[in-house]
Amino acid sequence: MLHTLLKSMGIGGTFSGGIEPEMSKITADSSIATSMMAPLYIVPIKQHIGEVCEPLVSVGDTVLRGQKIGKSQGYVSVPIHAPTSGKVIKIEEHAIPHPSGMGLPSIFIEPDGKDTEDKSLQPFSDYRNTDPAELRERVRFCGIAGLGGAVFPTFIKLLKDQRNPIKTVILNGIECEPYLTNDHRLMIEKAKEIVIGIDIIMHMVGASKAIVAIEDNKPDAAEAIREALNELSLPDEIQIEVRLLPTRYPQGSEKQLIEALTGKEVPATKLPMHVGVLCQNVGTTKAIHDAILLGRPLTERIVTVSGTAVPRPGNMKVRIGTPMRFIFGQHGLDDFDGIHLLHGGPMMGEKMKSIDIPVVKSTNGLLAMQSATMKQAHQLEQPCIHCGHCGVACPIKLVPNMLADQCRNDQFEKAEQYNLFDCIECGCCSYVCPSNIPLVHYFRYGKGQLAQISRETSFANESKQRSEAREARIAREKEEKAAKRRVVREKHKPAATNAETDKKTPDTPPSDEAST
Amino acid sequence: MMHLLAAVASFGLFALAFGVLLAIACRVFKIEGDPMADRIESLLPQTQCGQCGFPGCKPYAGAVASGESEVNRCVPGGERTMLKIADLMGVEPKGIEEEATAPMIAFVREDECIGCTLCIKACPVDAIIGAPKQYHTVITDHCTGCTLCIEPCPVDCIDMLIKPELLEHWAWPLPDTHRAQKAIERKGQHAPYTA
Repeated sequence: MLHTLLKSMGIGGTFSGGIEPEMSKITADSSIATSMMAPLYIVPIKQHIGEVCEPLVSVGDTVLRGQKIGKSQGYVSVPIHAPTSGKVIKIEEHAIPHPSGMGLPSIFIEPDGKDTEDKSLQPFSDYRNTDPAELRERVRFCGIAGLGGAVFPTFIKLLKDQRNPIKTVILNGIECEPYLTNDHRLMIEKAKEIVIGIDIIMHMVGASKAIVAIEDNKPDAAEAIREALNELSLPDEIQIEVRLLPTRYPQGSEKQLIEALTGKEVPATKLPMHVGVLCQNVGTTKAIHDAILLGRPLTERIVTVSGTAVPRPGNMKVRIGTPMRFIFGQHGLDDFDGIHLLHGGPMMGEKMKSIDIPVVKSTNGLLAMQSATMKQAHQLEQPCIHCGHCGVACPIKLVPNMLADQCRNDQFEKAEQYNLFDCIECGCCSYVCPSNIPLVHYFRYGKGQLAQISRETSFANESKQRSEAREARIAREKEEKAAKRRVVREKHKPAATNAETDKKTPDTPPSDEAST
Repeated sequence: MMHLLAAVASFGLFALAFGVLLAIACRVFKIEGDPMADRIESLLPQTQCGQCGFPGCKPYAGAVASGESEVNRCVPGGERTMLKIADLMGVEPKGIEEEATAPMIAFVREDECIGCTLCIKACPVDAIIGAPKQYHTVITDHCTGCTLCIEPCPVDCIDMLIKPELLEHWAWPLPDTHRAQKAIERKGQHAPYTA
């Protein structure tokens, strides 16, 4: 009891709030298998947070594995690469992993089976003596985005900024979502690559200290990283420490992890770099290693395939663009009747409307759940009894029950004032609610409505400006026409009066007024 | 009698003094335009469509502020805008008679366009580009869907299309729990507006 109380107050090496759900990490001991070659790869032109990519290939082109097939547009964007060698058979809209079930233009690649790699990128084997800016450009070129699920372009974070120097690099090996074990297995099987990846990141941002944060339900991963550290014997000035943290959800959330490790709270509108910290996911670090030391763009990732409906759950190395149906087929699941498909973990993942979608950079887990065994809790929403459990569980210290009320009753401006946008949608409040209120769903609804209101307002303002500019232009044109007419009239009028005066007094010389 | 005169005189003096003060204040703190009309205008969707019976959003805002028009005339603004205006004006909300349609945009069938520039002149937000005897086209990002370009077109080559829904503009719907449904139903029954 006291332990829980201390934890909820953020004392004892952890963050405030949070929950301890049943972990169900059934795939923790199954080593990473490699997926078979799919008959078709579907690569959506946007797989990260930010701007869409522009396709660089056209139908009929042959591509090599790792060849850049989509050019990024804008700063917050990373390119996309061909997952295997083959032929581009079409470029058209296809459903992507998104709760709306909507699609994006996608590049369809039919593999030739040879899997020939594009070797044009030279590895930077001596990365410690390479300019960080050059390495950063490589990370950007290789299309690396945060593989923990948020898919924020990684190169943006890897900036050596004089104003906000990074003192500590945190390697996020927490993986606090139930069911997911892809980071866990990667740490065990690729510990060396990950440690070198941390070293590359530390060189890029100029940090001398790094912490590998792992929850205490994964002691084998911590052991593997420690072994790799001993084996690699890095120079003395590079300090990498492995730290075990008590298991608690949502510890893997960037700001919560920083709070748990350093005791520093990242302010609402600020980024981790403002407190001198950089956080990177395990999978992203491995991808950075591959990009720098192997010259290999991001074309594959580790996915946990699990859930109550999967006969042979496991972890799998999957190429980006592999259809999900094909992946489930390799785990013994072919019939999708009465099955809920979750993209991501059970806490933050989203329910997919269709099974015919490809794996993208953000796919950390694919969970197939028997609809019958899924709690139909949210259908049974009861009135709020104001028990306050949600407020205790909220790691951001919001008041979820009040926010949900405001969102339900369309009081969006009020919800915004109570910091609705600081909600990280971790789902702790929905999890603890004894009345089964789908709180996070209400917050998502509120956020969507607020975004729409702000879009409409800014469109209205633009339209108003255009309409006012048009009215001003019409008035100006009218004025100009009137002025022209006046000039013409002036031209004729004096001439007429002159003519009259000429008639009367023919001796006087014609005035030169008319000619002016 | 003396008391009476003193009272009348002192009140008269006060009245004169306050009158002068008010006259000065009226000059010094003079407000240009109608602040209420401006505030109402900022709530309107600025489509300039004229469906309210006024030639634009600004004239309608002025009419509402002066009480000449009802608060429920803005069709594209829908119920949300009506409620905000009613709240601002302190009057009872009223139902909107016309059904709000999905957001629309104009589309010029270019192969039929004769380049007469009539639609360009009609567009209240300058969202149509073109020149005499050249094809015209609609800048979809600027089109407010007001339909004012349809009528002047002599060859009827402008269509109103439903605005395509963008992935990044998609928003979560309300949860489909029984309780959320009930809340929507009750909201409908609560304070029924009479048109």
